[in-house]
Amino acid sequence: MDFLKQPWPWYVAGPLIGLVVPALLLVGNKTFGISASLRHICAACLPANISFFKYNWKNESWNLFFAAGIILGGFIATQYLSGNQPVNINPQTMALLKQQGVKNFNGLLPSDIFSFKQLFTLRGFVFIVVGGFMVGFGTRYAGGCTSGHAIMGISSLQWPSMVATCCFMIGGFVMTWFILPYLLQL
Amino acid sequence: MKNIKYLFIGLLFGIVLVKSQVVSWFRIQEMFRLQAFHMYGIIGSAIIVALLFILLIKRFNIKTLSGEQVIIPTKKFNWGNVYGGLIFGLGWAITGACPGPLFAQIGGGFLVIGVTLLSAIAGTWVYGLLRDKLPH
Repeated sequence: MDFLKQPWPWYVAGPLIGLVVPALLLVGNKTFGISASLRHICAACLPANISFFKYNWKNESWNLFFAAGIILGGFIATQYLSGNQPVNINPQTMALLKQQGVKNFNGLLPSDIFSFKQLFTLRGFVFIVVGGFMVGFGTRYAGGCTSGHAIMGISSLQWPSMVATCCFMIGGFVMTWFILPYLLQL
Repeated sequence: MKNIKYLFIGLLFGIVLVKSQVVSWFRIQEMFRLQAFHMYGIIGSAIIVALLFILLIKRFNIKTLSGEQVIIPTKKFNWGNVYGGLIFGLGWAITGACPGPLFAQIGGGFLVIGVTLLSAIAGTWVYGLLRDKLPH
């Protein structure tokens, strides 16, 4: 039980995440991917006669159950397995972030950026709303996210997923090194 | 309810995402600043394990629980993989979360991330609206 309550090292977590791929394939011939759930939500709630959302989303409802499971898992891990401990990050990263204006290092997310109070500041709006929009728009445009492309796509040796994953990383590096320092100052 | 099994797999996945701190904004910062191996180790070992199991499934022609042939759809390249990939990457470094962790964070009590999720759904919707006009 003690082990469960400690943060899990990469060599435990990574293989467990990898196992989700064969689990979904063998349980019901489903391919791992999460961003598609956002499309199904659009198709279910506001198809608005857009051809991209005109399909029978109910055939894909397994994906929504999968997403709901992730919410529940997040709840269980933080409530019962002490999941929301301070994250033991590289001191260099912490020093740099402090320099760039991040103050709170007490949980999984910096609460001085991600909170309802911050939502109505320019910085909070950019991190919470604009960032989210880019994640939703970008993943669908790319045809998948970290799960669908980086893990499912690459492990099934599909080169377009390799290209997409490289682009995820390039976008992330450009943002982190060249743009984020300014956004943190907003 | 045939879909409950996916809820269960998602639940285990969600626990791993939180316990390995993949859902932490700080871990994503570390990754993009190349100051920790943690995230690279997780994604890399996940790919290797998934790859090995897919090879096993193919090599021994392992069937699904209901006896079907396992089918992995082929992804066809389009330029959206590049343009969309870059946009997602830029956003990922801001939110510190890709779609899976967004769900896990909400479950973990970070309710404001519900706004991020709604915004991501809006982004998906706008992509659907503009799809025919975007380069692919």
